[in-house]
Amino acid sequence: MPNRRSVITGIGLVNALGIGKDACFDAMLNGAIGIKPTVAFSAKDFPCQLAGEAPEVKMNQMVPKSHRKSVKLMSRDIEMAVLAADAAMQDSKLNTRANNPEGPIDIDPTRSGVIIGAGSMCCDLAELSQAVSTSLTDGVFDLKKWGAGGMESLTPLWLLKYLPNMLSCHVSIIYDLQGPSNCITCGESSGLMSIGEAHRQIARGKADMILAGGAESKVNAMCVMRMCLKKFINTSSNDTPEKASRPFDSDSKGMISAEGGAIVILEDREKATARGAKIYGEITGFASSFNQSLDSTDLFIPEIDCQGTRTAIENALAMAGITAKDLDLVVPHGCGVPAYDKAEAKALETVLKDALDVPVLATKSRFGLAGAGASAIDAVIAITAMERGIIPATLNCEKPIDGCKLNFTNKGNVTRTIKHVLITSVSMGGQTSAMVISKTE
Amino acid sequence: MTRRVVITGMGTVNPLGHDVETTWKNLLECRCGIEMTELFDASTYPTKFSAEVKDWSFWDKLPQEIQEKHKNAARNSKLMIAAAYQAWQQAKLPASLNGQDQINAGKVGVYLGAGEGPVDFDNFIAAAAASWDNTTNSMAWDKWAQVASSRLSAEKEIEQEPNMPAAHLASIFGLRGPCYSCLTACAASTQAIGEATELIRNGQADILVTGGAHSMIHPLGVTGFNRLTALSTRNDDIKTSSRPFEIDRDGFVMAEGGSAIILEELESALKRGATILAEVVGYGSTADAFRITDQHETGRGGAAAVKLALEDAGMKPEDIDYISAHGTGTSENDKIETLVIKSVFGEQAYKTPISSVKSMLGHLIAAAGATELITCITAIRDNIMPPTTNLKTPAPECDLDYIPNAPRKAQVDVCMSNSFGFGGQNNTIIIKKFSRDA
Repeated sequence: MPNRRSVITGIGLVNALGIGKDACFDAMLNGAIGIKPTVAFSAKDFPCQLAGEAPEVKMNQMVPKSHRKSVKLMSRDIEMAVLAADAAMQDSKLNTRANNPEGPIDIDPTRSGVIIGAGSMCCDLAELSQAVSTSLTDGVFDLKKWGAGGMESLTPLWLLKYLPNMLSCHVSIIYDLQGPSNCITCGESSGLMSIGEAHRQIARGKADMILAGGAESKVNAMCVMRMCLKKFINTSSNDTPEKASRPFDSDSKGMISAEGGAIVILEDREKATARGAKIYGEITGFASSFNQSLDSTDLFIPEIDCQGTRTAIENALAMAGITAKDLDLVVPHGCGVPAYDKAEAKALETVLKDALDVPVLATKSRFGLAGAGASAIDAVIAITAMERGIIPATLNCEKPIDGCKLNFTNKGNVTRTIKHVLITSVSMGGQTSAMVISKTE
Repeated sequence: MTRRVVITGMGTVNPLGHDVETTWKNLLECRCGIEMTELFDASTYPTKFSAEVKDWSFWDKLPQEIQEKHKNAARNSKLMIAAAYQAWQQAKLPASLNGQDQINAGKVGVYLGAGEGPVDFDNFIAAAAASWDNTTNSMAWDKWAQVASSRLSAEKEIEQEPNMPAAHLASIFGLRGPCYSCLTACAASTQAIGEATELIRNGQADILVTGGAHSMIHPLGVTGFNRLTALSTRNDDIKTSSRPFEIDRDGFVMAEGGSAIILEELESALKRGATILAEVVGYGSTADAFRITDQHETGRGGAAAVKLALEDAGMKPEDIDYISAHGTGTSENDKIETLVIKSVFGEQAYKTPISSVKSMLGHLIAAAGATELITCITAIRDNIMPPTTNLKTPAPECDLDYIPNAPRKAQVDVCMSNSFGFGGQNNTIIIKKFSRDA
């Protein structure tokens, strides 16, 4: 059975630079940076007081009437997924029960799916703390009191706000997507791996259309605290937010937590062509691997040359039937944590050794690291660059790390016809993946 | 032609055993893994019992090097490592693929349906307890930050991320292939096994460690399910509290554990001389797309998954010898699952033996599907089907053959296993006794 071809017919994102692929991309072309003092919680006593926060949106205006009751079950992570899906669906011009409840609709619901990567989803700490305050004895949490009734101060459906699969579930309900539905939980690689899985599902005839991507809010006190404890976050730029996130720069002091999400709509090529859809391009290569740290007991330090990433890139290029020289743009993971950036730069230099002039766009200086949303956001930015033929500048990377020879777009926006783009992602924990997206002939 | 996918290893750590054989023996003897909760003080909770993994001696059986290197792993990751190690041994794979050239490590990976690690409760809750300001009715973030930064540890925190069980496995076995983890609630490990099958069929991997691990037996996990009123509260008769398909069932019983299954492309397994335990022949995955809180009343999503799995296997309902049900013991699930089977199987539904081992094991959440699939593999091997215990008076809407209260001997060649997740994700797997001719 020959594999079917899938094409990209809609893209959408939400992050600190706005909602929708164009808002973010235009802001990037204009030099904007979305990293600012944290608003979601008072961070003055946290080592890092900066974040890349997405706009506040009244969610009940974003979902069909029939789903409005469920808005109260949407944690911030779920909001990110729903907003990104909405932007992508608008972009695709597909009619579904969301925008056309009386029909006609363009999709076969049983042949349409959703795969959205998610993170660990910490609960709302203010909500929990308030609930817990009713179960204290002498100021200390009293588990017996909590069990005997204190827990009732949490809403009955509390748990459902924090299950990672709920990102996909809400989106499946809004658009009536009854086909394959998954939730990939592979840290920062989740988005790209979800898009990769969607591509395979369509290729193997399991679905005709899939919304795929990732979303997460890492602007939660717990997530920020984790990165502080792990010393991965930048704690020395609180007064200079615009300079705080510096992927691949020799002055980088760590990542900046962010929130966001992005969705790519993949459709069977014949079906997309038949409905006259705008086609951005298609996934021609995808592979994932593991960055094993051999010597360290710390699984959160990648191996020094990111061999896993290199393997993923090589396999993705081979699947696409191209070499590094054919690439017109690389969008690396580049999270800003020096150990990760150094390793990834080594892997990229090795793979691109005959093509070191390929432009490289590191995006996280603009909006921070949005966990499971990160690599899907990068994919949407890469696709937009391909659509427009222009690559935004890489900011805060004036002096690349370790004399790295990659051709960062650090001198300004670059105009270039883009036929093939490579996106890479690396998770804290070791999952790594690479995707080649190409213009459709 | 699509590549065939076979099972060459399995392992489990669960409330009824720390290996496959003990678990299987206990299931056939109708033993129950449910006891009063000991992992935390649940004495005032609406539900005071659960099915815990007791006695961590299985961890001591692992090679010293693994114990040492992965000692900071969270409980779910440790359960996963112990299960995967058994499976890996049974599959006769080299201790690590790192630095050997027999097997291409780039074609060997992981696809788990694993849960998040249990929260570091005492320290986490201490921060919450210190932080609510009743006078201003707002959060005192300074206090939260102060307590959290002094009491929480980087290792324990970051190990809670749901990608970690898969990362530990890839590291232990030296894998360079795809390293996936998914978390579709109670359907996760069945989905992982299904997607892993697809990855191998499609040539992206030759061998994958699949399965899952989860432990939600902690104060917040049980709080979450108690608030949903999804758990049984039969505190006065805990040994019979898990009552799938019974008229007075009152919810599921929380369990924990890890189960691993090694999937391998047929030619690779034959070439290595591995023992083939069964073949994965069908997989279906769908969504209800109905409501966050309820399954669709007709069971349309579950039925579609079952149908897709049958189509994928090229089989008809009469080819299925045994169905391992999701069978949680909640009022809604058991009613709708019965409807699902009837809607696809028609009259054949009444002739097909079905059981829920959750009646003895409890509900391992993300790890449930993989654990149940292991019981399907042993059912095929031994030609005996595990029972649904505690089934004296089936509910009127549950009128199929649930193998009540005693195991049943019969020729078992083909098994179907169902998993339905909160939020409406449905997954079905079909496995078959292996024979060289498809």
